[in-house]
Amino acid sequence: MALSDSLPKVLTKFPEMGRADLRDFKKGIDETFRSFTRTYGEGIEDFFYPLKIFMVWFEKLLVGTPWPLMIIVLAILVYIGSRSWGLVVGTIASLLLIGYLGMWTDTMKTLALVSVSTFVCIAIGIPLGILMSKSNRVQAVIVPILDIMQTIPAFVYLIPVLMLLGIGKVPGLIAVCIYAIPPVVRLTNLGIRLVDKDVLEAADAFGASPRQKMFSVQLPLALPNLFAGVNQTIMMALAMVVVASLIGAQGLGSNVLKAVNNQYLTLGFMNGLAIVAIAIVFDRVSQKFGQRLQKHSEVVHG
Amino acid sequence: MDDHGIEVKNLYKIFGPHGERYLDAVKNGMSKDELNAKHGHVLGLKDISINMPSAKIQVIMGLSGSGKSTMIRHINRLIEPTAGEVLYQGEDVCKMSKADLQEFRRHKTAMVFQKFALLPHRTVIDNTLFGIELQGVSRGESEERAKHWLKRVGLDGFEDYYPNQLSGGMQQRVGLARALTNDADILLMDEAFSALDPLIRMDMQTILLELQEELHKTIVFITHDLDEALRLGDRIAILRDGIMVQQDDPQQILLNPADDYVSDFIKDINRVRVLEIGSIMNKSKSVKGPKIERNVVIEDALQILMNSKTTSAIVTQNDKAIGSITLDKLIASIARKQGSANEQAYK
Repeated sequence: MALSDSLPKVLTKFPEMGRADLRDFKKGIDETFRSFTRTYGEGIEDFFYPLKIFMVWFEKLLVGTPWPLMIIVLAILVYIGSRSWGLVVGTIASLLLIGYLGMWTDTMKTLALVSVSTFVCIAIGIPLGILMSKSNRVQAVIVPILDIMQTIPAFVYLIPVLMLLGIGKVPGLIAVCIYAIPPVVRLTNLGIRLVDKDVLEAADAFGASPRQKMFSVQLPLALPNLFAGVNQTIMMALAMVVVASLIGAQGLGSNVLKAVNNQYLTLGFMNGLAIVAIAIVFDRVSQKFGQRLQKHSEVVHG
Repeated sequence: MDDHGIEVKNLYKIFGPHGERYLDAVKNGMSKDELNAKHGHVLGLKDISINMPSAKIQVIMGLSGSGKSTMIRHINRLIEPTAGEVLYQGEDVCKMSKADLQEFRRHKTAMVFQKFALLPHRTVIDNTLFGIELQGVSRGESEERAKHWLKRVGLDGFEDYYPNQLSGGMQQRVGLARALTNDADILLMDEAFSALDPLIRMDMQTILLELQEELHKTIVFITHDLDEALRLGDRIAILRDGIMVQQDDPQQILLNPADDYVSDFIKDINRVRVLEIGSIMNKSKSVKGPKIERNVVIEDALQILMNSKTTSAIVTQNDKAIGSITLDKLIASIARKQGSANEQAYK
């Protein structure tokens, strides 16, 4: 005899909400959100319009620039960021290969998406991180939100984004940002909070105002952590391009999606590896740049 | 000359979320242990009053946990007092508004820290001008002033190094230069030389004394090292468990320790090299012998008496006779005071 047979029914069968009630409950929320979308959808779209303009402009810029010029510009940027000739050569080689295999335009679109979303994440994330570091209360509110943003399956929040803004570049961008912004916020906050108390006391003792303390002591000393956050944000944005293509983000991601739907093995791997190549370049450049910012801590007196 | 003395009056500090609630209990004699056990608050300072003289070095001494670092942080209010006053030129630092306090910290005080507290991302020169940069001094002028003080502390040519590249002693020179560049009347030194090895520490003490000879700042110097206190201090205050045990000039502390705690502190001091004859002389001037300045220590006085083959000497101040000293008295002063804790231990 199973244990459940001897127990009262209320313990063996979960006291669920009635099926009809549950349906009405879900429907109610859906309806409310839909009417919200109908009322404010346009306003929200207008709000994001500047972002759309910027996104379209930047994408056109990258796609429209002649490829040799683009490779030269990227190579220069990589050198400025990393000061490493090896990385410059690697970048040029992978770009040439990507172009030769017919993925140039898609790669530029993905590059545009990742760059703009990283820019948006930094622009929102760093001030938010600073705010969090200054107040325990703000931190207590924001941390759970970041937890949700990082753990909720990306497909789930695609739904409301889709309902509000439809299919297109901006919804894709927003989906990427929701996924990619937590590390830069967290690590900005952490970096500032980890700044040596002795140094902060010295700044106080010399009469630093809160603003002076933030900009000449806390932020500079938080930079290594902050940069680790930016690096993570870039990586996560790249990881998100395939999912974002579900709601209309174009580029390498949408090709991968096409390959999945049609079982195109080679197409899938080619575009996937192109994403990997960009990821490696971004990662190495931002890491090297972050290390250079810590030049002062390298040489230690024996 | 302006008076740059600092007067600390009836200062109390009780650490914990509701320090002020237990102020009366502490005033009525509740002990540190009782306060901690019953209310979970820690007594930092109890009824501290010190008159720190202008343009002199006031040493505050005590073992760790005695409240000396808490004490010095009240002068620029890095720690808020539970009760009491810190008066500078008639103004109570503890009552200043945020803006006034910021101005006070920028222009009137400068601090040197035990762990140097330099900004690791800034070069030596940028660290040195940190204080006046906060004041808003232009880059050109601040660089010039910083360079001047770096030169004075012997760091000429190290302007573009990072703190990590320097030894502890050199880092603290940067700390000192940073404080001096601020050109403040009050210099707060929180165990500034404690982290340095003995030879470097002596060096730094010498630098400080040389600078003080021309700068005449009001220096508050925290230390747990009595040798350092005796070498630097014009006045010494001794703290124990947040309570003021004794404050006096160094010679008096050596000659008349207030209690066993102070006796314990001074027992290893080489009195022959520290006690000055001025503090042990007789008032009578009717003796024969060589003239010796009042600030000569016993060891040197003995040498002078031996050389001149006499048993007494006239004590002078600026060549004016103010008293006398005998060989017997000199030898007697080397022994510790009767009845001191340590003497009993030997019996």
